[in-house]
Amino acid sequence: MTIKRIKTSIIAAAVISGSLVGSSATLAMESQFIGSLVYRTGPYAPGGIPWADGFADYIELLNARDGGINGVKLELEECDTAYNTDKGVECYERLKNKGSTGMPAVMPLSTGITYALLDRVVADKIPLITSGYGRADAADGRVFPYGFVPPATYWGGADIAINYIASQEGGYGNLKGKKIALVYHDSAYGKEPINTLKALAAQHGYEFSEFPVPHPGLEQKATWLKIGRQLRPDYVLMWGWGVMNATAIKEAAAVGFPREKFIGVWWSGNDADMVPAGDAAKGYKSLQFNGVGSDFGVHKQIKSELYAKGKGSAKSAENTGEVAYNRGLQSAFILTEALRTAMAEFGNKPVTGEQVAWAMDRLDITDARLKEVGADGLFDPIKLSCADHLGKGRAKVTQWDGSQWVAISDWIEPNSEMLRSMYEESAAAYAKEKGITPRDCK
Amino acid sequence: MRIEKSVIFIFIWTLLLMVAIPWTIGKVSSNIFFEWPFFFEVAIGGLLAGVMYSLVALGFVLIFKASGVFNFAQGAMVLFSALTLVGLNELGLPMWLAIIATLAVMLLLAVAIERVVLRSLVNQEHIILFMATIGITYFLDGFGQTLWGSEVKILDLGIPNNPGLYFDGKILINDFDLVAALIAGLLVIGLALFFQYTRIGRALRAVADDHQAALSVGIPLKHIWVIVWAVAGIVALVAGIMWGSKLGVQFSLALIALKALPVLILGGFTSVPGAIIGGLIIGAGEKLAEVFVAPLIGGGIEDWFAYMLALAFLVFRPQGLFGEKIIERV
Amino acid sequence: MLYREAGEFKSTYQADQAILTIRQDRWFMWALLAVAFVLIPLVSSEYWLGTIMLPFLILALAALGLNVLTGYAGQLSLGTGGFMATGAFAAYKLATAFPELNILIVILMSGAITAGVGLLFGLPSLRIKGFYLAVATLASQFFLIWMFNKFGWFTNYSASGVISAPPMAVFGDNFVTGPYATAEAKYLFTLTLVVLFALMTKNLVRSNIGREWMAVRDMDIAAEIIGIKMLPTKLKAFAYSSFLCGIAGALWAFVYTGSVEPLAFDVNRSFQILFMIIIGGLGSIMGAFLGSAFIVLLPIFLSNAPHWVGLNIPVDLISHIEFMVFGALIIFFLIVEPHGLARLWQLLKEKLRLWPFPY
Repeated sequence: MTIKRIKTSIIAAAVISGSLVGSSATLAMESQFIGSLVYRTGPYAPGGIPWADGFADYIELLNARDGGINGVKLELEECDTAYNTDKGVECYERLKNKGSTGMPAVMPLSTGITYALLDRVVADKIPLITSGYGRADAADGRVFPYGFVPPATYWGGADIAINYIASQEGGYGNLKGKKIALVYHDSAYGKEPINTLKALAAQHGYEFSEFPVPHPGLEQKATWLKIGRQLRPDYVLMWGWGVMNATAIKEAAAVGFPREKFIGVWWSGNDADMVPAGDAAKGYKSLQFNGVGSDFGVHKQIKSELYAKGKGSAKSAENTGEVAYNRGLQSAFILTEALRTAMAEFGNKPVTGEQVAWAMDRLDITDARLKEVGADGLFDPIKLSCADHLGKGRAKVTQWDGSQWVAISDWIEPNSEMLRSMYEESAAAYAKEKGITPRDCK
Repeated sequence: MRIEKSVIFIFIWTLLLMVAIPWTIGKVSSNIFFEWPFFFEVAIGGLLAGVMYSLVALGFVLIFKASGVFNFAQGAMVLFSALTLVGLNELGLPMWLAIIATLAVMLLLAVAIERVVLRSLVNQEHIILFMATIGITYFLDGFGQTLWGSEVKILDLGIPNNPGLYFDGKILINDFDLVAALIAGLLVIGLALFFQYTRIGRALRAVADDHQAALSVGIPLKHIWVIVWAVAGIVALVAGIMWGSKLGVQFSLALIALKALPVLILGGFTSVPGAIIGGLIIGAGEKLAEVFVAPLIGGGIEDWFAYMLALAFLVFRPQGLFGEKIIERV
Repeated sequence: MLYREAGEFKSTYQADQAILTIRQDRWFMWALLAVAFVLIPLVSSEYWLGTIMLPFLILALAALGLNVLTGYAGQLSLGTGGFMATGAFAAYKLATAFPELNILIVILMSGAITAGVGLLFGLPSLRIKGFYLAVATLASQFFLIWMFNKFGWFTNYSASGVISAPPMAVFGDNFVTGPYATAEAKYLFTLTLVVLFALMTKNLVRSNIGREWMAVRDMDIAAEIIGIKMLPTKLKAFAYSSFLCGIAGALWAFVYTGSVEPLAFDVNRSFQILFMIIIGGLGSIMGAFLGSAFIVLLPIFLSNAPHWVGLNIPVDLISHIEFMVFGALIIFFLIVEPHGLARLWQLLKEKLRLWPFPY
């Protein structure tokens, strides 16, 4: 590890001195700048590193295999936010005007940074793509022309979890009288699913109770004694983050709550969170908005094009199947597909944020396209429109078998009708508060 | 140790209130369900968690006692020692050798801190020294991660993490917590004996009582500081091992310092037993509050409640439960 | 030679009591203000104004607030983040409940509300001192953040508990909040407020209130004996300090980020502000600004520096080095001058008086 680090810095230094000489030749063809806000350091780094590796690997794969997109080379620059909002805003402002056309889209990877950027991206006309986090109501593209939330939202996630529980219990009818508890990180992020779960409780008659865990969630004994020894719910859902996840799973084991009945949202389903929990995590379930494992065509290409040549970002090729890595791949895929769509309209040259936003409004990732890149089953098809900035919003349920995630369900589609009206209602409230006139999408 | 009457008085009242408030709320409110086995389960769970807080608080106390420095870097030291231990272990050193090597590293660190920082800031105000330890915190956070990376690492000592049922299966106590409390208890007893019966221990106490007087009878202040920081480093390592095997060794370990602060002010900055008693009171208090009071006001109160509890104690004893009485003169 | 007071004679009491008694100091200050108000907006990019100057100014205001409490009145506090959050949420409630209010009034009122909250949490300071007080003020920090997070009323029952600023203008359509506010407008608005409050604070600490605060700081028993009442003096410090922190919080939420969640004002913010005043210099107006510059600008500089010199180091390594260098610099400056950057500035001025003929 250490040696590798030193080696990379030496190589980096060597490459730079080389590239300074050679760069004049490559500059002839303009390249597309891509800014990536990552957190490879700080308290949440274990989950952030694989994401950043996946994102970088996919961009590098396109560069190595195809020479970029349509002949336009991709130039990736990372900026480390350490999951800190102040740093994230600074990173965004630093990167947004780089390259010939500026940053084509921003993926802040943090709730706090997402909120801090909401106003800025509108002024800068840069799409804000928050895959599986951020404001759920950005699904309403009329109020959020620059906010995109594919492939899933927390509200959808909550609905999918209940849907899955219902299928386990033999139908929604059997949910009546069941006890479902939510353990959540006491922050903007953790509170997102509560309204949905309450609405569903009213609909299906299960008993819903909520258990906030104060940030950062190192200590949860009281919470779990309440859950495991007093309430004894039938299922526990978790909206946890970082070290809170492993702690919750350990405490669940400590009070003997069955892990099979414990379902986390995708951010509670990182490999990095399962590892410290050890055996306690076996049987624990988590929603994922992407497939798990590294048996997909795209992974094989990454291994042969990058890792076989010693170029990959991750520590070793074995890390390429981690859930967070796949999420990074997915984010890079969504972005590059949007770049492709934009280039198809505006020509094969670097595109601006505004053009990418136009393309995101028309993004259509089909099954056929997924097969082409070797990601069928890894990602769900996404079709967006001017008004719909979410897509189907489907997710899978996966289970930790002690060493890796195993998918135990197919894609589950949330109740889009109910959620759509919730998104629109919430977006309308936001529009009113901020004085936004929703754009016309007809 | 002489215990003042008022401390015993406060102590008894605390115990009474800790039982009476949950009981009353259980009687009055229909949301809160009170029964004795569960009450004891929560209380014992809290006491055991409190011991884990004490473990971190102890490091603060040692350094404050001997050098008057409020060592903000204690959390970073916990992280750094755990990272070093696991990192060395991953490099192929057997665990026992890794522990010894880490101890050596912590000793080196103590020497470095004394040489570079403390020696240059002798006789400065408390707050300046406090700020200097913040500089150390930043440095250690960066240094540890540069050496060993930011990924989460496993530290498995083979301590079981199973629910154990006691008293006819009525009360659940986690095995891991019991073992952790035992180790912490041994550490505290060891430290107490060290302070009481060794030459160095006596010298440490002398320095803690009065720097100038200690100097005048020929106790080398600089050595003492190195020793104290090294001992705090050892305590940090033990805390790092215990918390690290609970949560995995990752950056978040540094955040446990925040859980130790209320323990520290409740027990008093200068008292080793205070850190233990403080940990027990804070641990039991916050868990009981979270279980029996929090549901009435929305939950998740653990964090601020610990501080409020400590604050309530301070109102009665501004120097903490076992802290040295502050005598002010003009 | 260039900087000395020789030959400057004061003929009125007013001149004698001026904030800056030396002519060169006055020139310097006017020049500084001219640079801040005219030059910087003219030459700076949006990145500089919106991402570096704005947080620098707002955090300097918060540091000013804490410096009144800690540096002048001697009450160590770690509740700054909580008070900033109070200001932010008060401003949000006011702005959404009374949309027709001018932003200036909203911000001043939110400062006043925070002052009230500060009074309440200042009460324990009558009994508790030093580090004990610092840790005790963490109670207010954690409690306030929890409260804003917990009760939907504070966020108008938004699902996520995030507040976001409606577009507001000082006059006409000079928006200073919302997506269409220009960086220049935000900067000038914040700068004006910060300069005014700095001036007000400077005058306040020179008045009898300030002298009472300093007496309490230097030795509270002695102060009590000479007839300074502890309760009102300490509470005044808490109230005024919270007032400034509240305004800083409102500016942070409204002008700088636009939307915030309570965690933006968590305990790390409190520590950050405390670091600023210790590094900058306790009991100094200048110190608040220097400290804020150190804590805000230095990490940005450190993380950008490798790029400027063309080094392409992995970002995680940059972050780690940034941490180490930052920590080392803190220790370095403390060893060089334990009383903060403001003291260094003062020493520099004293040297300058003799320069270039030291004898």
